[in-house]
Order: sequence, then C-alpha cells, then structure tokens
Amino acid sequence: MAPNTIRAKDMPNVNDVEITRIEPISGWVDLGLKELWEYRELLFFLTWRDIKVRYKQTILGFAWAVLQPLFTMIVFNVIFNRLAGMTSDGIPYPLFSFAALVPYYFFSNSLTQGANSLLASSAMIKKIYFPRLTVPIGAVLAGLVDFMLSFIVLLGMLAYFVIFEGFDPNLSINVLMMIPLLLLLFCTSLGMGLWFSALNAQFRDVRYIVPFLAQALLFLSPIAYPISRFPRNVQLFASINPITGVAEGFRWALLGTDTAPGPMILISTAVSLLLLISGAYYFRRMEKTVADVM
Amino acid sequence: MSELSIRVQGLGKKYHIGTEQSFDKLSDQVSNLINTPFRRAAKLLRGQATGAAELDQVFWALDDVSFDINRGEVVGIIGRNGAGKSTLLKVLSRITDPSVGHADIYGRVSSLLEVGTGFHPELTGRENIYLNGAILGMRKTDIERKFDEIVAFSDIENFLDTPVKHYSSGMYVRLAFSVAAHLEPEVLLVDEVLAVGDAEFQKKCLGKMENVASTGRTVLFVSHNMGLIQSLCKRGIMLQNGKLIADDDISTVVSLYLEQLKTHGENDLVDRTDRRGKGDVKLVNVSAYNGSPDAHGVLSTGKPAHFVFEVDNPMVGLACNFVIHDSMGHPVTAFKSTSNGPDDEVDASQKTRFICELDELLLTPGSYRLDVAIRGNGDLQDMVEAAAMIEVQDGNLRGRVVRSKQGINVGMPHRWQLPKE
Repeated sequence: MAPNTIRAKDMPNVNDVEITRIEPISGWVDLGLKELWEYRELLFFLTWRDIKVRYKQTILGFAWAVLQPLFTMIVFNVIFNRLAGMTSDGIPYPLFSFAALVPYYFFSNSLTQGANSLLASSAMIKKIYFPRLTVPIGAVLAGLVDFMLSFIVLLGMLAYFVIFEGFDPNLSINVLMMIPLLLLLFCTSLGMGLWFSALNAQFRDVRYIVPFLAQALLFLSPIAYPISRFPRNVQLFASINPITGVAEGFRWALLGTDTAPGPMILISTAVSLLLLISGAYYFRRMEKTVADVM
Repeated sequence: MSELSIRVQGLGKKYHIGTEQSFDKLSDQVSNLINTPFRRAAKLLRGQATGAAELDQVFWALDDVSFDINRGEVVGIIGRNGAGKSTLLKVLSRITDPSVGHADIYGRVSSLLEVGTGFHPELTGRENIYLNGAILGMRKTDIERKFDEIVAFSDIENFLDTPVKHYSSGMYVRLAFSVAAHLEPEVLLVDEVLAVGDAEFQKKCLGKMENVASTGRTVLFVSHNMGLIQSLCKRGIMLQNGKLIADDDISTVVSLYLEQLKTHGENDLVDRTDRRGKGDVKLVNVSAYNGSPDAHGVLSTGKPAHFVFEVDNPMVGLACNFVIHDSMGHPVTAFKSTSNGPDDEVDASQKTRFICELDELLLTPGSYRLDVAIRGNGDLQDMVEAAAMIEVQDGNLRGRVVRSKQGINVGMPHRWQLPKE
C-alpha cells in the first residue's frame, strides 16, 4: 500500500468532530487569540520567511540593519552636534543619538513593513484562510532581528566609549528596566503596524502617508536632541508619542541620564496600549472584507 | 455512512457594484459619502428605483444556496464562468464572509483554490515545503513526517536546495501540488487546480484525488472539465447566476449543464464587446450540433458535427475562419472557408450563414473553445475569442472507443494488424 494513503487512526472520531460555523458577522469581533495561538507555527514560518527574504540579493545583507541607524547617527552628529551645537545631557553625542535611533528604526521599519504586509500577501489572502493577524505580526516580529543586530552595535559603542573615552554610564539596577521598555517599544510598533496594515488595505493613500509619518516622528521624537530642551509642560505633551518614552528610557537605563521614567513613561505606555488594542480590533473588523477589497 | 459533513443553508454573498472600486482612495470615499444621498434621491425621483434595496447596485454572487453533503461524498460543482462556483468555495473556505445564511462544516477543512499559495521565489524547495505546508494548515510535525513522501511525489529531489525562482514552471507546479496533495483534511475544497503540469503529472494528481475520495473524505470539486468531474464525482451541483439550479446525479447535472451551455452560446454573442475588427459585419450566432439524427444535438467523438456561423448582414468577400482550442487553451485545429475543397457548396437561398460540416468529429471527449474570425471586403471584420464553448461527449471512432486523456485532443480512425498470440 502506498504510504500516503490515509490510515484509519487518522480518520476523525465521530464524537470529537470540530464544527466550523460560517455566517455573516457584523460590527466588532473578538480578537480570535485562541485561533491565533493554534496558528502559531504559521506565524513562526511567516516571520522566518520575512527574515530570510529581507536581504536576499543584497551585497551587504544584514549589515543594512546596522548601517541605516549608523549613517543616520553620523549625519545627526555632524549636523546637530557639530554645526548646530546641540547638547546631549552630558552623554557623548554619538552614543546619545544612537541609543534613540536603535529603537526608532525598529519602530519605523515595523510601521513600513507592517503597512505593506497585507497588500504584499494579497495573493495568499485571496486564496486561503488563515488568521490574517499573523501577517502584520510576522512582519513586525521579523524586524526584531534587525533590532537585535543594531542593539549589539549599540552595546559595542557603549563599551568603546567606556574603555577608550572614559565615559561612565552609571550602570545600575536600572538596566533591568530595559525589559519593560523593550515591551513598550514592541507594543507601540505592533500597534502602529496593525493600524497601518489595515488602513493600507482599504485606503491606498496610506502608502504616501507612511514614509512622511516615519520621517516626521524621527524629528518630533527626542532622538537628535534631549527632551530636556522642551519646557516641562511640553515634555508631558510630547510623551503622547510613545517613541519619546522609549528613547528617553533607553538613555536612562543604558547611559545613566536623569530622565527616569516618570509620568512621561506612563503616558507613553497608555498611548501604546491604546494603539495596540484599538489596532488589533480595527484590524479584525477590517479583515472580514479584506479579500473583497484587495 | 450518512453522517453530515457540510450543511449549507440559505447562503448568499452580495457585492456592491461600483462602490467596490472607490475603496482605493480616501478622497473617493469622502466624495462618495457626500454624493451618494443625492444620487439615490435622483434615482428615486426618476423612478429608476422603487425601494431602498434597489438604490445600491447590488450583485448577488451567491443567492440562497442550500445543500447537505454527507461524509465521504465527492461532489462536483458545475456552472459557467460567473455562476458563483468560486464564490461558494471562497465562502466555505472562509476567505470571505457570506452576506446571509450560514454553513456548517464538520471536521477539519482544507481548501485548494490555487496550487503553491504563498510560495516565495527566493526560498528553496525545502523551505517552501515548510512554508506552504504551514499556510495550508499543516503542523510542523506533519510536514516533517511527510517530507520524504512530498519530495518523492514531486520528483524534484535534486533541486531541493535551489531557490524555486530557478525552477521550471513544471517543477514549480509539481512541488506545489505535492505539498497540497499530502494534506489530510476531513473536508477538502478544490478549485480547478488540476489543470496544471504535464500530462503525466496530471495523471498522478488524478490518482491522488481518487485516493483521497476513496478514503471517506468529503471533497467539493469545481471544474470546467466535464470528463474529469464525471470520473471523480458521483453527485453534481449546478449553479447559475448565483443560484443552485440542480443537485443530482453527476451525469444528469452534466448533461443539463451542456444543454445550457449550448443555449448560452446562442444568446449573448451579440452583446459581447470584447471583439476586434472593423465591425461592419458582426458574428451574431455560433452553434454546434451533432449531425446524426439520434444524438439530440450533443457532440460526440466519431459522430458527424455541424458548425453554424451567422453574421448580421451580407458583404462582398465574406469569409469565416475558426480555430478550436482545447481546455488548456492550446489550438487543436483550424478551419478556413476560403481554402476551397471540391465538395464545398454555395447556398443561394441566404447570404449570412456559414455551415461547416464534418463527417466524423475526431476530437477526443472534453471541452473545447471556438475562436471565430469573420473577414469581408478584404478586412478583418469581426474576431471573437471563445465565441462558443463546445463539449464533446464520449463516443467511438468507427467502433473503437476513444478515451478522454489529458493532453490528447485528437483521435484518428485506424486499424491494426496484430500478431497471432
């Protein structure tokens, strides 16, 4: 007998047959997290595919993950620090800006890749069912590799400044705060990725908004400059942008600035969670019609 | 076994025509939002619509479809293009939501609406097996368990670690189908995916499908290939304009479909706009029927066939050319009214009709397409692709049975001189 015939043990048992009900659903739907969990392997494969394919047929490959923030840091150093004389809370300017550029680039790549993800998978979405949430989540997860690579470079830079330039980062237990800060960064990036992937599937205008938004946030967030350049009341307002909380948090935990997470980080966290939850619900609401409108 | 496998009740899927395109741009949506009430009011005032339902241009791709399918049944879904077959499969495979009604599916569902969904050209064959398997809903352990079988079935062992962008289209399709063929769902929804690969691989796929069907799985199968559908399915469901119009024994449904196809060929040709040529003369009707009196007009292999072409007005130098294509779109044979033969006749009683008579139709059973070109006054006047679809039924060539075989479209009358046993 050919090995590919179906054996009796694989046949469904009469009692445990799962029933799929297909019916019109209107309005808001639940997030389908249980089903998402059942499809975790697909999520893994989609992430893995995005990572494998991202730098295919490039000469420098994964070096691009590091070069993007690195070059930006060099440009910032020349323009803001040398020419404009921007202060940096007493931290060497390259370290100061790079510590914020690393999370910023994860965010901005998540936004770009997330926004494109659904459209890029439209052929798949029109031909087979799977939880659509796996697509933008996979796109954002794939960016983690880039993030880790540039984070390692950040640590290398920190080590260089400590050893050769005599920089004292005042390392303390604060470093542990990196974990919630990373979570905050991830939630923000995923939230934005979800929002924009869903919006982009419906309104192609989003394609033009995303690069502009990413660039605007690069300058509106305290990346090239410290938040301390803003007046106190403006600082709180600026932290509605979660990148603010993350950037200043990174500097505080790793470089020992005195921008300890206070009300600012609470606002950032609240905004981030709001983005994530609303993004997920909006995505779920939109995904029902996505196969029809793409 | 009479356990329920699929129950569909009052299923409907509605599309809004016109509003669909304006999803693209935000500005369109906004202007639509503003304009729609006025447009609706205007329509009401002009008496073009009588109620709210008619205000939107609504198109029901599926309309109140109900049926039950028991476990182990293999059901063919038949219908012309746009009849709702693909929409039905899309709704049942949860790609798109229905607008009304519901369907219950008992057991794990897999759908094969396309072969190689999610294949990434940059990834190797090995990597794509895992990726595609996961997309089709297989667990990693299932894929690992069946990996060798999948590779063996596809015949691409030597290229397993080559990116699939370097594959020939045949290799690509073989690998893609192999992954799909090793799914083990309880309910399988298949759209015309078998029309791929070379003849030998198609045979292999057919064997696999029959295998699946014979192991008690439920299969819902959409195809235009009547020969294939009749060999695989016992029961047929026919859709027309989104409605279920027949649910019966497969041979009954197939002959109903073929009958409809014939009348269809006579109806819409005039309205078609996808034509080329000067257009002073237009093809208005094509029909094909069996010339022998006992066959009720259904074409079959080895029987006489008459092809009739009518144009809307007479012209000097009128000529008719037509090409018959097989279901894969390959040209099989061509006919030209200008290349005269000694038996050609002129019918003095009319000026707008060509009849092409064949004593023996040498086409093997299957569906074929007719592309027709009308020339007149020295110019191409009208060229219509797929002006008619014809279905050739099983028959015999001078007493010899001609089987439908993938990729073989022509049989020839012949005799053997055999050695004595």
